[in-house]
Amino acid sequence: MLKSATFSRGGVHPADKKNLAKDKSIVRLPLPEELIVSMSQHLGAPAKALKAKGDTVSKGELIGQASSFISADVHSPVDGVVTEIRKVELASGAVADALVIKVNEEQTNPFTEIYDWKNQSREEIQALIKSMGIVGMGGATFPTSVKFSIPLGKKVEYLVINGAECEPYLTCDYRLMLEKADEVLEGIMVAAKAVEPENIIVGVELNKKDAIEHLEERAKALGYPIIIQPLKMKYPQGDEKQLLKACINREIPSGKLPLDIGAVVCNLGTTFAIYEAAKFHKPLFERVITISGESINEPKNVIAPIGTKFSELINFAGGTKDDLSELVSGGPMMGFGVSDDQTPTVKGSSGLLALPLTIDDSKSFPCVSCGKCVQHCPMGLQPNRMFRLIKHGKYQEAMNEYSLMDCKECGCCAYTCPSHIPLVQGFKLGKKLGRKK
Amino acid sequence: MIKVRTSPHIHGPLSTDKSMLYVIIALLPATLWGIYVFGLSALITVLVSVASAVLAEYLLGKVSKEYTINDYSAIVTGLLIGMNMPPQIPFYIPVLASFFAIAVVKWTFGGLGANWANPAIGGRIFVFFSFTSQMSAFSLPRTLMGSADVISRAGYANHIVPDAFSGATPLSVLKTGLSMGMTGDQYNLLNGRPVTDFASKIGEVLGINPFAVDAFFGNTAGCIGEVSALLLILGGLFLLYKGIIAWRIPVCFIGSFGILAWIFGGVPYGNGLFSGEILLPIFSGGLMLGAIFMATDWVTTPTTPAGEIIFAIGCGFFTFLLRYFGSLPEGVSLAILLMNMMTPTIDRYVKVKKFGFVKPEKKAKEAK
Repeated sequence: MLKSATFSRGGVHPADKKNLAKDKSIVRLPLPEELIVSMSQHLGAPAKALKAKGDTVSKGELIGQASSFISADVHSPVDGVVTEIRKVELASGAVADALVIKVNEEQTNPFTEIYDWKNQSREEIQALIKSMGIVGMGGATFPTSVKFSIPLGKKVEYLVINGAECEPYLTCDYRLMLEKADEVLEGIMVAAKAVEPENIIVGVELNKKDAIEHLEERAKALGYPIIIQPLKMKYPQGDEKQLLKACINREIPSGKLPLDIGAVVCNLGTTFAIYEAAKFHKPLFERVITISGESINEPKNVIAPIGTKFSELINFAGGTKDDLSELVSGGPMMGFGVSDDQTPTVKGSSGLLALPLTIDDSKSFPCVSCGKCVQHCPMGLQPNRMFRLIKHGKYQEAMNEYSLMDCKECGCCAYTCPSHIPLVQGFKLGKKLGRKK
Repeated sequence: MIKVRTSPHIHGPLSTDKSMLYVIIALLPATLWGIYVFGLSALITVLVSVASAVLAEYLLGKVSKEYTINDYSAIVTGLLIGMNMPPQIPFYIPVLASFFAIAVVKWTFGGLGANWANPAIGGRIFVFFSFTSQMSAFSLPRTLMGSADVISRAGYANHIVPDAFSGATPLSVLKTGLSMGMTGDQYNLLNGRPVTDFASKIGEVLGINPFAVDAFFGNTAGCIGEVSALLLILGGLFLLYKGIIAWRIPVCFIGSFGILAWIFGGVPYGNGLFSGEILLPIFSGGLMLGAIFMATDWVTTPTTPAGEIIFAIGCGFFTFLLRYFGSLPEGVSLAILLMNMMTPTIDRYVKVKKFGFVKPEKKAKEAK
């Protein structure tokens, strides 16, 4: 195993709580009766729905078409009938058209034919990734095809695969590394064919030591030139800026992309989707989701089709306990609070957490200028000052003088704030209102 | 019922009220030592200080309709004021100090988080300049009273045991000597002052002046809570472990003071550079209490790591100036007050280096 690395500035060490679902093998969710497939599965413009009410859809069929450059195709996860098209709010708060699909009792079983991706050209693989609707599955859901289209003259020195999984509770990538190591590694090689990097690095945090060793062993056995880089546990290591700092010791300048420092970052879950796309021409319509949290009866890692309602996942995991206080889509540091358990999953849904009361709201005090937010900010920002400016409506000043737009809402500041000030909430608001002006 | 909140959905172990409790716990060993060596009057002083600070907080809460007793910050302020009092002080002085600290220094500026000066420091300085003679009258700790030296010099017979002996602090002895024009080895001025047998032995073995050893362990005259450097350091390590204070302020404060004392400390005594004593000045007086517990106050110190270092070095510098060239033996609290004033300015101009910050390229190059 290589010497472990990490990023240098800020960060926090929340308890990782991965034990809850760590040892649960990935199981397939029994098909629900109804799916709600949103046309906004990704960052960017929502896809254009290609089906109308009453149309039949088949498994893997294109049902939503990418509507602009930054957008992605959406495919039907099942054989079924579209019963309704309506506006649906997602966990992120985005509202978009969604196809409500009644799932047929009889399901076909396509995607068994094996394709040889090694004989395909770079352009063909890039086109395949686009047509299979693949997006970043770490949560940001940036269309992978856009990320992989390297402008002429730009060279990719590093392809960095993000297996940090630094959010507490989540174990979906960890289970993939253990159970589908060969597939994940092959998917990485497909991605490598698309971007032609000089080096391939997989960054994995040290709380997944067995996964690091397993990947290393399999990469060696399969003869792939993939380096597995162990990372010291620190949140937010799974952010691409911190990941690149840890893995290749380069900093992405403010407002620039990884490509500007010669790197492409891809989530580990995404590489499994890329593998399935290349090998079976199977579009991205299902994913591994961790169902965990202290208030769920039987934590699980499940493969579920996109559009599964959260209530189905909760029922499959044995329901919630009485002390349930909050439902979270994603990880506890950056995930979204869910108000309605009928909300459907999307391509970026990495976890569904049922949490008991963890934050004591009575502990709210005025800012005592302790400076913890400044010292823990991985971006080197001054959250205390930005928050004060936003409170007084000075959004432009917060943006221009204190680089509010560099904040990625990782939550380190609010996590450490002893006065429990809702800093991240303030920054989300400040960005929105500041952009409008 | 399900709650919906913005991320993050988990929170770290620290909260403001809990941190205040930890500070109280960290201060207790040094306080208890002070009460042990100075006796009942010290206990009363500490209790009166804390009670009047809490009472002030409660009464002002009634006025402003904002109740802030539950954050425990008034107890910390009261305890620090008690620790900063000489043991035989008349009880009304700590009462005045506590009321001044809570009402004037903290409340008038907007309460917790909005005050520009450390309330305990403000309270101490207010009573120090109002009641200078009472605030400068110290007594010897219990551990020095048994010393044969004290008994014989005081001329007491064995069967008369007084409650307390008045005794000067090492720093005030040095200051008095200096004002009388004494020069030479600073420690010569202390010769003949009481010292514990324990410190003499240790001092002999390690080759350290026994007065520094006594000051380290807390066998010296001084304010109730400041005498035991050892217990204050232990309290500081506890706060460091709990993540409430960082190493930067105490280390840079004491370090910069120590370096200046070493380089220039001998000069007022007619000695050359690099001849100043270090250990005794560091361990005696209010330096440990100030550097570990009062200069690390969250509210009145800079928020950036670089700012903290500038603040601490400033504190060390002013402490050195006030102690060696001022008219008073002590300077820690005034030094901290001075730097409290500088804090908003430091925070305005000292910024953190941002992630991915690139220096703008010079325009001259573009012109070419």
